[in-house]
Amino acid sequence: MQAEQSVEEGVAPTEVGRARERAEDAALLRGAGRFGDDLATTAGTLQAAVLRSPHAHARLRSVKVSGALEMEGVHAVLTGEDVREWAAPFAVGVRQPMKHWCLAVDKVRYVGEPVAVVVARDRYVAEDALDAIEADYDLLDPVIDPEAAAQVEAPVLHEDVGVNVVNDRHFSYGEPDKAFAEAAHRIALKVRYPRSSCTPIECYVVIADYDVAAGTYDVTANFQGPFALHSVMARALKVGASGLRLRTPPDSGGSFGIKQGVFAYVVLMALAARKAGAPVKWVEDRLEHLQASSSATNRVTEIEAAVSAEGRISALRYDQLDDCGAYLRAPEPATFYRMHGTLTGAYDIQHLEARNRVVLTNKTPTGLNRGFGGPQVYYALERLMQRIAVELDLDPLEVIRRNLVPADAFPYRAPAGSLLDSGDYQSAIAKGVADGGLEELKQRRDAARREGRLYGIGYCAVVEPSISNMGYITTAMTPAEREKAGPKNGAVATATVGVDPLGGVTVHVSSTPQGQGHRTVAAQVVADVLGLDFEAITVNVELDTQKDPWSNASGNYSSRFAGAVAGTVHEAASRIRQRVAAIAAHQFEVDADRIRFAGGQVTVADDDRHSASFRRMAGTAHWAPALLPGNEAGGLRETAFWSPPQLEAPDAGDHINSSLCYGFVFDYCGVEIDAVTGRVRLDRYVTLHDAGRILNPALLDGQVRGGFAQGLGAALMEKFEYGADGSFQAGTLADYLIPTTMEVPEPVILHMETPSPFTPLGAKGAGEGNNMSTPVCIANAVADALGEREIELPLTPSRVRAMIGIDEPAAPEGLEPIKPAAGSGSALQASDSVEMPGDPQTVFNAILDPKTLAKIIPGCHDLQAVGDNAYQADVTVGVGMIRARYKADVNLSELDPPHALKLGGVGRSAMGTAEGSARVRLTAIEGNRTRLDYDYEAAVGGKFAAVGARMLQGAARVIIGQIFSRLAAELGGGSGAGAWWRRIVDMILSLFGRSKK
Amino acid sequence: MKPAAFDYARPESRSEVLKLLADTGSDARVLAGGQSLMAVLNMRLAEPTLVIDIGGVTDLAYIEIRDDRLCIGANTRQAELVAWPGLTERVPLLAQIMPWVGHFQTRNRGTVCGSVAHADPSAELPLSLAVLGGEIVLERRHWRRGRRVVPAAEFFQGLLTTAREPDELLTEVRFPLAHAEHHYRFTEVAMRHGDFALVALAAAIGPDEIFLGAGGVADRPLVRRIPRDGDLGTELNTFAWSLGAEDDGHASAAYRRQLVRELGHKLLTEDKP
Repeated sequence: MQAEQSVEEGVAPTEVGRARERAEDAALLRGAGRFGDDLATTAGTLQAAVLRSPHAHARLRSVKVSGALEMEGVHAVLTGEDVREWAAPFAVGVRQPMKHWCLAVDKVRYVGEPVAVVVARDRYVAEDALDAIEADYDLLDPVIDPEAAAQVEAPVLHEDVGVNVVNDRHFSYGEPDKAFAEAAHRIALKVRYPRSSCTPIECYVVIADYDVAAGTYDVTANFQGPFALHSVMARALKVGASGLRLRTPPDSGGSFGIKQGVFAYVVLMALAARKAGAPVKWVEDRLEHLQASSSATNRVTEIEAAVSAEGRISALRYDQLDDCGAYLRAPEPATFYRMHGTLTGAYDIQHLEARNRVVLTNKTPTGLNRGFGGPQVYYALERLMQRIAVELDLDPLEVIRRNLVPADAFPYRAPAGSLLDSGDYQSAIAKGVADGGLEELKQRRDAARREGRLYGIGYCAVVEPSISNMGYITTAMTPAEREKAGPKNGAVATATVGVDPLGGVTVHVSSTPQGQGHRTVAAQVVADVLGLDFEAITVNVELDTQKDPWSNASGNYSSRFAGAVAGTVHEAASRIRQRVAAIAAHQFEVDADRIRFAGGQVTVADDDRHSASFRRMAGTAHWAPALLPGNEAGGLRETAFWSPPQLEAPDAGDHINSSLCYGFVFDYCGVEIDAVTGRVRLDRYVTLHDAGRILNPALLDGQVRGGFAQGLGAALMEKFEYGADGSFQAGTLADYLIPTTMEVPEPVILHMETPSPFTPLGAKGAGEGNNMSTPVCIANAVADALGEREIELPLTPSRVRAMIGIDEPAAPEGLEPIKPAAGSGSALQASDSVEMPGDPQTVFNAILDPKTLAKIIPGCHDLQAVGDNAYQADVTVGVGMIRARYKADVNLSELDPPHALKLGGVGRSAMGTAEGSARVRLTAIEGNRTRLDYDYEAAVGGKFAAVGARMLQGAARVIIGQIFSRLAAELGGGSGAGAWWRRIVDMILSLFGRSKK
Repeated sequence: MKPAAFDYARPESRSEVLKLLADTGSDARVLAGGQSLMAVLNMRLAEPTLVIDIGGVTDLAYIEIRDDRLCIGANTRQAELVAWPGLTERVPLLAQIMPWVGHFQTRNRGTVCGSVAHADPSAELPLSLAVLGGEIVLERRHWRRGRRVVPAAEFFQGLLTTAREPDELLTEVRFPLAHAEHHYRFTEVAMRHGDFALVALAAAIGPDEIFLGAGGVADRPLVRRIPRDGDLGTELNTFAWSLGAEDDGHASAAYRRQLVRELGHKLLTEDKP
């Protein structure tokens, strides 16, 4: 294997393969990390805040900024007009007339879409000024569900395209129709993979400046790559690549793909700096991040297999629908094509058909996310494997085993084009079964089941791609379109190793790590090559597109570090070694191939007469160039570029080797489900990884644990909830639930090593396997425990309990819940009633009297008639400590005196919109009194929906209830509405028994 | 996520707090531990003109027994209650619920009275107060009638809504001490430990009757008196339906009702639920 070649002759690798503690941690654990928000900024740097759309779909009529500009401390407001003048829409990966600007110019298409940017003295003032901007919208019907959006009658997001399905490709490899026709069984499944995200601790940070003399931009952002997007940013700013200097901070607080999406804000803040004439800094907050940064792509898949009686699969058929949100933002629709060559997974399946449709909906645009494309594919494929076992009455692990790619078939060309580089899946599974204790787990299951407990075992086998082919995305285009556009392929990695005059070694990589420990592994690799101590190597991971070597594949994604970047570091270090060896050979007058590097010394093999320190020998290149051999120019710095030849562009038959390396992950787990609470408890989780040669086992285990935690979150709790109106309802970490250390058990982690023949060190990426395997492995275990076919993530206790079944006793009389009216999904609805003195006519008249109306609307500061029974009101409403001031249109309609009327209102505030209506019925009751019954429905959007979803129902009840209880109080007599008086009224009311529904 | 501008006051006496509340009323917010208020301010869900920090009012920091009640002042942190040596013996229900109140870190800042004043329908402290039949002391600036004591059943009125008037300060909560012949039990289901309860149940089980309270289901903690000789299944079903459970992003109404019935049954019948 080629990996052997990486071991330098005469140098024992003491660092690579060792669980070296991370070079990064001493600073991080002392709080001395240097993250984007920690960096010193230029004097006069201003702060930005972003005005965001509270609506999922609306035409933007106007944005009035004069109020904001008048505020003290506000320097500028960037709007769509500026953006139209100075910028261009982002380039899109498919040929469609879609315009995605960095700021809404004519329409808003998702809640949270940027509408304007305020630049001010500080963030406080900037946020104050957001409230003073008047954005005027014409609301349009939103479409949230991907299958609904794909229908022809759905509201259309991009009128120039005309439909929401913006890309539709068919692929056929081998003879799938024939295979299906001949198959003993056809087994199908439809699954929905939800929208979630891997969530970093640090949100987006951008610091931007504009050089008015040169007309160029200088931006520091915690962008993670791929730097192919640098071209997208530069084009959007209408400058050449050198006109956008992009720099990254030394540390980044996690990304998991999500910080690819900061690129849109790099452009936005660059323009804001230009508008303000000063440097601008923007730090994204958590609400902005959750609702509007980016997310993984939700997918609907119909999958079918042609299967023999023995469970051998001859063909697969996929029909996949990806919901990429409101805009197809680069690199989408890559969620499909990152996995395209690998649609057959770990299995030897010759015939394949796939239909990939991309649909746009009124949700946040999607983008890179750890596991990218893998969780969605394997959720369908591995759920199907489990179904095949159930339907054919086979052992699920046996079905996996019978279909694996044979161990002697590598490198193995999968039908859609992936060239599986190395592996031995059979041995991996045998090792996982033996070392992970599968037999014992089965005994635990059997024992639990004998006691009537709900216990299941799930399996999955996953091929984990790494080092993406920069050309895979062009598979979204037809071969003819690709022909026209020119070929795209490869994955250029860069690394630089330099030796300074004192013999210090500095390494630079363009991998923009986000916490993985690239500095540690790069130093390990170089220490081995040059025979130096680990501590002697300094690694810099900042990237400056104006000064550092980089290419469009640079960045931190597709688990490319271990395979590509560490290998390129090795290449650069080897060139330094060669040069120093030549210098030593010249001085020692021996052949260069006899020079050895170890322990900080340069020596000669089998000859102890010559020896010099590395520092002195390398220093010659700086201090005494005259002593150098003839072909040595002096100075000592080497930059290596590396791109593997196996990453070819997609061919005319749409075959694409979408990645260079393919690791293998075999997982199984036992879960026990609490029959009452529906809680899924992981009894044991075993995960075996073959990631080729292991460079640092501790860091590899860290990757496995992190991916496992996120996979568990996706399986059990994480979901971006949207209302039917497109309101975003997971805007805090109390709504969007991420597993904490309390919820994540320690998995059993196992390894084996089959080195890759295609990477310099034989290593493969291993950063994403569990994001791909864990969600479906847990789902399969739950399916096994409950005997269920339809499993939808996340498996929350409520959802699992519903699958177990709730056989509910009837409600006692008088306590039946009100059935919500059909077809109004997210609206908050309920009924209530209140009794009050006076006959119905008196009550009716009171409601129609503006003076009364002003008194009974809670927090009404002002009520002006604008028409018959139509008013504009200024109200402050809320519950408890929460309050918001709304400008409201109030109207009374459907008047049927003195029996019924409808009271309606629409309010707008900085918190978003709220609308509601109540149908009121008045009935005379004994004692010259009236019972007022009301049915209401309300809808709340914007910030309140995002951060208070848990409370909306209760809040609507409190606020609407207040209107009618205040009416009752008003009719009850008295005028001074002091607190003391209100308490008495409340007491009286409670005596009368305000009936609860 | 920065708050709108507000004035900040940190008075050192109760009377100064009450004066500020009397002058400012509903435009003021009282800051105790800040575990809910600071987030609300930063998200601009409230824009008060004045924030009154009661952290300097030292005579509001106490835990003491008076008249068979455990009285806790407005400036007492939840962590201090956890550390109070007699808790398990004197108010065993509190000892059971406290580990469920937020997290270690939030309990170090959050106050007992602050949680009661906020009246989150999922919160454990209001639930315990309701089940035990505790009381809330409210004070306002008044020459004579400035102080009133409100039973928990009247105090909690709805979502984040209480009997407290804008010019009143919640100065103390009072938990009745344990009866020798009573058992106290608690159980909760949340998405993660420390999360808002999907369903929380607390019970005071006496020789003749049981008080069973539910949190996280209705818009406030609600309590049902169940006679020991009543039909438990019917009682629990009636209680479950009476709470008016609703669907939300984390759990369905039917799920919540079912947990009230099934967990309630376990809680009230099993030796060790």
